[in-house]
Amino acid sequence: MKDQHLVSLTVNGREYELVVESRKTLADVLRSDLGLTGTHLGCEHGICGACTVLLDGEPVRSCLVFGVQADGRKVRTVESLSDGDELNDLQQAFSRHHALQCGFCTPGFLMLGEAYLSTDPEPDREEVREVVSANLCRCTGYQGIVDAVCEVAEMRRSKDREGTP
Amino acid sequence: MNAEQAASQPDAAEPNTAIDAQATEPDKPKRWVGNRLPRREDPRMLRGSGRFVDDIPDPHAYHLAFVRSPVASGRITEILTEDAISMPGVVAVLTSADLGHPSLTAVLEREEFVPTTMPLLAKDRVRYAGEPIVAVVAENRYLAEDAADNVWVEIEEMPPVLSLEDLGRSDLPVIHDEAPDGVLVDLQMFTDDLLDDVLGSAPLVLEEIFRSGRVTAAPMESRTCRADWRDRDEQLVLEVSTQVPHQVRSGIAQALGVPERKVRVIAPDVGGGFGLKCVVGREEVVAAAIAMRMRHAVRWSEDRQENLIASFHGREQEYRIRAGFDDEGRFVGLEADIRCNIGAYSVYPFSCAVEPLMAATELPGVYKVGRYAARARGFASNKPPTAPYRGVSRPQIVLVMERLMDKAARSLGLDRVEIRRRNTIQPDDFPYLGPNGITYEPGSYVEALELCAAEVGKAGWREQCERQDGLLRGIGIVNFSERTAYGTATMGMRKMQMTPGFEVSHVRMDASGDVVVTSGTCGHGQGHETTFAQIVADVLAISPDRIKLRQGDTDVTSFGWGTFASRSLVIGGGSAAVAARRLADQLREVAAEMLEAEPTDIELVDGHAQVRGAPDARLTIDEIAATVHFRSHTLVQREEQLLEARGSADPPGMFSNAAHAALVEVDPGTGDAQVVDYIVIEDCGVVVNPMIVDGQVRGGVAQGIGSALYEEMSYSPEGQPLTGTFMDYMVPTASEIPRVAVHHLETPCDQTETGAKGMGEGGTIGAPAAVLSALNDALRDYDADIDFVPVRPADLLAVLEGTSNSERRLETA
Repeated sequence: MKDQHLVSLTVNGREYELVVESRKTLADVLRSDLGLTGTHLGCEHGICGACTVLLDGEPVRSCLVFGVQADGRKVRTVESLSDGDELNDLQQAFSRHHALQCGFCTPGFLMLGEAYLSTDPEPDREEVREVVSANLCRCTGYQGIVDAVCEVAEMRRSKDREGTP
Repeated sequence: MNAEQAASQPDAAEPNTAIDAQATEPDKPKRWVGNRLPRREDPRMLRGSGRFVDDIPDPHAYHLAFVRSPVASGRITEILTEDAISMPGVVAVLTSADLGHPSLTAVLEREEFVPTTMPLLAKDRVRYAGEPIVAVVAENRYLAEDAADNVWVEIEEMPPVLSLEDLGRSDLPVIHDEAPDGVLVDLQMFTDDLLDDVLGSAPLVLEEIFRSGRVTAAPMESRTCRADWRDRDEQLVLEVSTQVPHQVRSGIAQALGVPERKVRVIAPDVGGGFGLKCVVGREEVVAAAIAMRMRHAVRWSEDRQENLIASFHGREQEYRIRAGFDDEGRFVGLEADIRCNIGAYSVYPFSCAVEPLMAATELPGVYKVGRYAARARGFASNKPPTAPYRGVSRPQIVLVMERLMDKAARSLGLDRVEIRRRNTIQPDDFPYLGPNGITYEPGSYVEALELCAAEVGKAGWREQCERQDGLLRGIGIVNFSERTAYGTATMGMRKMQMTPGFEVSHVRMDASGDVVVTSGTCGHGQGHETTFAQIVADVLAISPDRIKLRQGDTDVTSFGWGTFASRSLVIGGGSAAVAARRLADQLREVAAEMLEAEPTDIELVDGHAQVRGAPDARLTIDEIAATVHFRSHTLVQREEQLLEARGSADPPGMFSNAAHAALVEVDPGTGDAQVVDYIVIEDCGVVVNPMIVDGQVRGGVAQGIGSALYEEMSYSPEGQPLTGTFMDYMVPTASEIPRVAVHHLETPCDQTETGAKGMGEGGTIGAPAAVLSALNDALRDYDADIDFVPVRPADLLAVLEGTSNSERRLETA
């Protein structure tokens, strides 16, 4: 009776083959089948963005994507950001700017931020506010999140400039 | 002084190098309190390795789904479970009768209070749409929800009581037989025989009605739990997203009739609470009951729709006010009739009286109101129960007082800051005994107001309001206090059968010289692991990264009340400071024996114990710890073994204070309102970590802006919830929340161990009043007189089009 599918997907650089029921969301596959519980579920109807992951580099709500839709694709989750104990620049900026309190929505904001930063944006506070408005946070009032993303955009650009001969 | 500008920013990667500005000065000890220490909680949250309840792996646990009432009010006539129980993966389908009709009852020991019973699962009546009726247990959540759809519940529907306008209508059914008039609590808190005369002869009397909409805390993590019975420990273990583990344990013990020893409640990382998780959820107790009964792990994850329509709400209140002023705009008297729509049940254990009591007791705020009387009632309705949502009536009472100030200023032609100045409790009034029987300890009420007005001037807001670009701009300035850290003496006046207040902490040093602190408070985003470590580090003169706070586990900590009412840093942190001082005494005693000196001559400095005046005679704390543990035979003077101490704290409750200012823009074409700038002056006594205080303020302001402009739980005339998703219940995003400038004043408190006062709710308390004041100012040329929140674009358009008055807006339904 169950509609089961064999899917293969790459998550944080590692390949997996899984049998997945068709109605199971990508979020539930990541959390319960792969044990990657950093991706959180805040609303399960696509508004809060806590479950944001990158699917082939694009930010998606993993509560609105079925696991079977990730077949043959690459997924990145919050667990991919730090190098062992070493937090990446955006994670460090979040801590510096107090961009998290309870930490539940944080993985979604980090992945949203990473997706935005990967477009090599000119740091622009109003634009960052608009981007960050995709997700909900109930603790921080957003100021630290916006500040952190702006700061990392600036840092990555100056790094790029230094790196270009 | 602006902490943002003044404080150094320690490197996040090297938290231990953070140095307080004082530390660079000679002769001053390095202090961790006052430092913007990066949070200990951050790395795990940022890596996605925080451990929230749903993150705890347990592939074999059953999942629970609830069949909930589809109607607001009715009588259950039949429940058919056969179809559901035969579905794939279904383990059990349970009704109230199957569980033996367990229930919870909150009790207030007052004649004016009517105790009512809240069954864990609806028994024969349903009292709000979303009330749990049947529990379905299945192998996973998908299957449990499938089966829940196939439980048939026949309900004879009855007309609902929804709004305060419905109250007293004899044609509507009684909600609780114990309270035929629907009044669950009726408090005449203060009376004054002379009030009528004073109001009768006052040059200015305002008679006004103020309303606030029903909202919900909406923490990003909904409620969730995992229950398991462990034979070896003879214990039911409930991992649950809660602010109050011990109160959950008591709720389970009382509802299920088991001794507290047999219940262990663990709060792992908790994804926000804001009061919604400081009461005991009936679903959590049901999960515990089922796990005990089945001897199998059961988990329940509330979905967002359940969280919005069927958990706990807050704030639905109406204030009928008579306020008298003299010719100079000074209060001569204030009379309040306060009505709270508390929903269908009295929450356990705080009861439905929390909001009415708070409102009637603390309405005067920072103002000298002259003669005062207040009546506050809580009415039952066919909506979900209300819990003490962040602020607890104070967002409303501040809104009332600040609107009265604005209205009186307008009537008398006074400046809005000047009228506040004239009414505010002055520095030489402290300790000030109010007409509400409360003694106010010193605060910076006048200073905060003046500084706020000055910052508004510096920010150029008045010039912005003069701009002629088609937008209407307005400024709101409000001044208020926030009573925090209520100890048992103050809580006892509420007469709750279970009276919170104290906390007990333990501090234990291990053989390597590291320290574990336990406390009954239960942080969930406030950074307690960081701030408690800062407090203890200063006492023991060791680095805070050697100090680990353990909290949220009834088997690990002493009995404690949890985290709510802006109490944790003051009471939990205060008790940790007391315990740490006792541990420091033990270190001094051991060091004295090892160094052949007197304990009174030993000082703890920078990881060492040394003889005062002879710093060469010193031992590391590590050496002392190792000696106590491994070579105690060399210590002949000690009567007790090991390095452990406990401390308790139970302060009376003290007032933080703040002044807020909001600048709003209104688009007269669409009625869209936006808060574009915001200033906070706050005084919470000694600031332990300015970064965390600023974060609490900013997050609180965001929630206050939400209740002022965007959020409201709406109902159809039949009592159907209309705001069951985040599309309808509009939690503000980054686009709606401006930068919030935070400035600190510091009036240390002499009633607390650290000099700190609580401050977790102030942002939420001040913001609705500031925004509402600013909106009325923006529409001043249109004679705006809006006395309710939330204010929606349609409300502003009605004012702009001249079709509105302050009375027009009745509650939904």
